Amino acid sequence: MSQDITLAQFRRWLSLFAEQVQEQVDLLTELDAAIGDADHGANMQRGMRKVQERLQDPTATGGDIGSLFRSIAMTLISTVGGAAGPLFGAFFLRAAKDVDGTDAVSLEQLAAMFRSGLEGVQQRGKAQIEEKTMIDALQPAVEALEAAVAEGLDAAAALDRALEAARRGMLHTAELQASKGRASYLGPRSIGHQDPGATSAFYLIQSAAAALGRQAQAEES
Amino acid sequence: MQKIINNPADAALESLQGFEFAFRRLLRVSYNPNFVWRRDAPVAGKVSIISGSGSGHEPLNIGYVGPGMLDAACPGAVFTSPTPDQYLAAIRAIYGGAGALFVVKNFGGGVLNTEVALELAREEGYNVASVLIHDDVSIDQSDNRRGMGAAILVEKIAGAAAEAGRPLDEVVTLAQRTSSQARSMAVALSSCTSPYVGHPTFNLPSDQMEVGVGIHGEPGRYRTALVSANQIVDILMEPIVRDLALQADERVLVLVSGLGGTPRQELFIVFRHIYDLLQQRSIIVERQLVGNYITSLDMAGCMVTLLRLDPELTSLWDAPVHTPALHW
Repeated sequence: MSQDITLAQFRRWLSLFAEQVQEQVDLLTELDAAIGDADHGANMQRGMRKVQERLQDPTATGGDIGSLFRSIAMTLISTVGGAAGPLFGAFFLRAAKDVDGTDAVSLEQLAAMFRSGLEGVQQRGKAQIEEKTMIDALQPAVEALEAAVAEGLDAAAALDRALEAARRGMLHTAELQASKGRASYLGPRSIGHQDPGATSAFYLIQSAAAALGRQAQAEES
Repeated sequence: MQKIINNPADAALESLQGFEFAFRRLLRVSYNPNFVWRRDAPVAGKVSIISGSGSGHEPLNIGYVGPGMLDAACPGAVFTSPTPDQYLAAIRAIYGGAGALFVVKNFGGGVLNTEVALELAREEGYNVASVLIHDDVSIDQSDNRRGMGAAILVEKIAGAAAEAGRPLDEVVTLAQRTSSQARSMAVALSSCTSPYVGHPTFNLPSDQMEVGVGIHGEPGRYRTALVSANQIVDILMEPIVRDLALQADERVLVLVSGLGGTPRQELFIVFRHIYDLLQQRSIIVERQLVGNYITSLDMAGCMVTLLRLDPELTSLWDAPVHTPALHW
């Protein structure tokens, strides 16, 4: 299938995600200092450095997408700490479950992986949309991706839709009062600040769009 | 940033190493993953008590490891909950075969990481239970209240019950009872500076205070003018006494903890007025702790915790304890 997304692209996605988070560490710290405890940047940076180490060791991450995701999930869970470790870990653990032994997936399968990942995060964090968490970026992205797949768009166009939805969701968190996570302790004082977790989740989608979407198109042509 | 550190990224680890050297006769420290455990663990047939928290709250939790209290404590990065692999390594090291109780402070990250740890421990065949600490009355909804000073009281009382040979279900019940009868509230006169961040988490003018802060340098529930010690105590005590519905002739334990940047001299001024207030209401201050027991790096300010006592909780509180921070 021409639209298949390969294991190499998934590795590229994770690598880009790690790079992007590390480039934005100061922003994540500042966002978290405003409404949390200023550790989100450092925590994500610690986890992403380990992710990059794992990616450089092909034997450590397995020869299929499921093993790759499981390995990354355990790396995040054991190095990030805070809420972000278990939550991003839950995303990859759950997304891994249908792709064991697989080294390429269709766009439909990718959308299903994202849906599973989102469910994993929701189950672990018990957060719904509009609670000023990473769900506010992830859920609109997953819904946009599913809608784009149903419309028959190609990977690049579908993931760009997801990216725009994630961006809108991330920016929208500034208008929300937090009811989950550490920002919830601030009550109305949390309004006016963009959520750091939603920002990290946006980078996850942004790197996916770059590595799984546009790159897929580039390889085809 | 004025700090006695070598390198910001190494602050938590180097502090843990120094702690290990200082208390080497009492406990052991394992690294990668990091946890502190009592020297004589595992104690066969005894329920194990485990806790964890970010670094920067010292002596919480590593200072409460020892006979009569915690079997192990897992320190995370600064203000960051420890990760599940730390808890798992700790339980493997200290499990005495009679079950284990995790004391969990209600913070998003702490709860999530402990949930994963409990799942992994159960998969390995350990009999584990948990008790949630959520005593911060500055938050209205009780299920969203942060875990604060009550953690120390629950760890002491559960630790004493475990040391006395009580079975897991009884230790859990006692821990839950203690947790449900404790309330806390804290006030900050300054922010604090995480070595990772290098500047104060928030800016607080010298004539202002943050009421209803947690222990991670986050801003509080509201900001208001700095007032006298007695007025600060009134602000903290009113919701605590109301929420506990304390009646005349009831007995309480009072914990006054500095947040790291307030001298003990001021903490006793705080305790003095708490004692007066409770006496006026004919509430008996049966036990007290005044000092730095749960801190937030160099934050100036204090936390007040009240625990409603009954004879059983009092006798468990009085039972011998040998830890770096509590010793009698």
